[in-house]
Amino acid sequence: MNHRNAIKIDGLVKRFGDVTAVDGLSLEIREGEIFGLLGPNGAGKSTIINILSGLIEPTNGSAFVGGYDITKQPGKVRELIGVCPQHSAYYKYLTGRENIKLFGDLHGMPRALINKRSAQLIEKIGLEEAADRKSDGYSGGMVRRINLAMALINDPEIAFLDEPTVAMDPQSRRATWDFINGFRSSGKTVILTTHYIEEAEELADRVGIIDHGSSSPLIPPGH
Amino acid sequence: MNFQRVRALTVKEILRVFREPANLFMLIMLPLVMTLVFGIAFGGIGGGGDVQYGVAIVDQDASSWSGELVSGLNGSGVLVPQYFEDSASGQDALSQGKVSAVLVIPNGFGASVDDFKSNPVDESAWSVTTLELSIDQGSMIAGSVVPSLVQQALTVTLYGVEALSPPSPVVIGSPVLVESIKVTQFASMMPGMFSYAVIFVTMIVSQVFTEERQQGLLKRIAFTPTSASDIFGAQIVANTITGVFQVSVVIGSAYLMGFRPLGGLEGIGLAYLMSLLVVLCNVGFGLITATLAKSSGAATGLAFLFILPQMMLGSFIPGIPENLSRLVPTYYLTQTLTNVFLRGASVTSGSSVQNLGFLGVYSLVVMVTGIVLYQKYGNR
Repeated sequence: MNHRNAIKIDGLVKRFGDVTAVDGLSLEIREGEIFGLLGPNGAGKSTIINILSGLIEPTNGSAFVGGYDITKQPGKVRELIGVCPQHSAYYKYLTGRENIKLFGDLHGMPRALINKRSAQLIEKIGLEEAADRKSDGYSGGMVRRINLAMALINDPEIAFLDEPTVAMDPQSRRATWDFINGFRSSGKTVILTTHYIEEAEELADRVGIIDHGSSSPLIPPGH
Repeated sequence: MNFQRVRALTVKEILRVFREPANLFMLIMLPLVMTLVFGIAFGGIGGGGDVQYGVAIVDQDASSWSGELVSGLNGSGVLVPQYFEDSASGQDALSQGKVSAVLVIPNGFGASVDDFKSNPVDESAWSVTTLELSIDQGSMIAGSVVPSLVQQALTVTLYGVEALSPPSPVVIGSPVLVESIKVTQFASMMPGMFSYAVIFVTMIVSQVFTEERQQGLLKRIAFTPTSASDIFGAQIVANTITGVFQVSVVIGSAYLMGFRPLGGLEGIGLAYLMSLLVVLCNVGFGLITATLAKSSGAATGLAFLFILPQMMLGSFIPGIPENLSRLVPTYYLTQTLTNVFLRGASVTSGSSVQNLGFLGVYSLVVMVTGIVLYQKYGNR
C-alpha cells in the first residue's frame, strides 16, 4: 500500500441479510485530505465509517486505514482514529469537560495532555462557560459540539466525522466548519459524511457521492 | 485490561450513582431509609425492646385462680394482659389490631382448679371448664408464641412452677454454652437487610448496559481502543465500591438504631465479603437481563425476575421453605449473618465457610455466564 494514502478501500461489500449496504466500493483518500462522502440518508455512509473504524467486518473486499488492515489490526486502527457519530452520544450526568476527558482516558492519553487538549477543544468549540455544567441541560447545538470534541480529544491522525453539523443552527454550523477547516493546516485526514452539498463544497478537497452503497467517480467540490 | 480505562469508566459509574437521583435512591437511600424505618418500627432504638403481644383478658370467673393465671401470663415478659368487660369488646380489639389474642376465662375456672387441687388423680371429681383463646391470624409469630405461653401459664397455675422442670433422669446440660443476643424483630431482620441493600445492583447494571446501548455510547466507546474486559472490569469495580458503601450505610444506620451484632470485627468483615459476592452475582444477573432486554424500560421490568426471588426467598421474609431459599444467592448471605450476628457463630465455623465457598462459586458462575451471554448476544 502507498503510505501517502491515509485510507485505501478495495471492492468493499457489506450485506445485512438481503440488504446490500455497501456495494463494491473502491476508494483512496490521501493523507491531509478532507474527503467528503456525500449522499442521501440511508446511502450507506455510516456503514462505511463503521467498517473503516473496525466496528463491523466487511462481507467482502479489503480496507486499510493508516496502513493497517481493518479486519486484522482493528486495535491499531482505533489508536489512529477519532469518530464523531451521527447521533450525539454523551453522558448526560457528566459535564461537557468530563465527557471530553473521559474519552481522552479511553484513548490512553497522559493526564496532563488530556487537560491541555480538552481546554483547547472547549475554547475552539466556544463552550467555555458551559463546560463545567452537567450536559443534561445543553442545547442541541452545544450537544453537537461536545459530540465533536469527544471525537477529537486524542488529536487523531484520521477523523471520521459522520454528519457533524446535522440539526445545528447556522451559527453553530459556521463555527464547526471553521473548526474542521483548521484540520487542513495540521495535516490531518478527515472523512466527512454529509447530505448537505454546501457543506461538502465548503470543506472537502474531494467528494465521493454515495448512493445505495456504491460511489460515483470522485469529483472536486464545486463541480 | 487497561488500568487507566478501567479507572476512568469506574469513576464515570460512581458519578452516575451519585448524580442520578433514581440510582442514588435505589442503591443508597433505600437501604438507609429501610434500616432506619425498620429500626424505629420494630424496636431497634436503644438496644431494642422485647417483642411483646397484647392479650385481651375477659375474666368471667374473677377468682384468685384466674388472677394467678393472668399473673403467669404477665410474668412471661412477652404477653401483656389487658382486661376487657366481655368477649365482644375483646374480639373488637383483636379485629382492630389493638391486641394479638383474646383469652376468655369462663365462670367456673377457679372451681375447676380447686377440684383438681383437691383430687389430682381422680378425674371423675373434676369439673371441666374450657379457656377460649382467639389469636390474630395475620401474625404468624403471635400464632406460634401465644398458645404455648398460655399453656405454660396454665400448667404453672395447676401444678406449680416446679412442674416446668420436674425431676428427670435425663437433664439438659449447660444451656449457656450457646450465646445469643436479645433478639428484637429488628435484629432478626438485619441479616436480610444486607441482602436487600445489594440486590438492586441487577437493575442498575441492566439499565446501564441497555441505556448505553440505546444511546450509542457503547458503540462510541468501541471506536476507541477500549476492550470489552475494560468495560466489564469497570462495572465490577464500580459496583464493588458502591457495594462497600451500601454495606457501610446498612451497618452504620443499624448501629444507630441500636443493633449490636455478635461476631465482632470478623463478623463485620464477613458481612462485607459476602455482600460483595452477592453484588458480583447481581452484576451477572444484570448482564443477563441486559442481554434479554431490548430497552432500559424492559430491563427494569425483567430485572425483577432476579430481584424478587432474592428478596422473597433470601432476605428477611419468614416461613420460606429452606430448599427453595437455597436457589438464591442471598440465602447464603442472610443465613451466615444470622448465625454470626445473632447466634454468635464463628466466622470460621463449618457452616460459615461452607456458605462463603458456595456463594463464591455461585457468584463466579453467574458473573461469567452474564459476561459470555452479553458479549455473544447483548449487542445484536
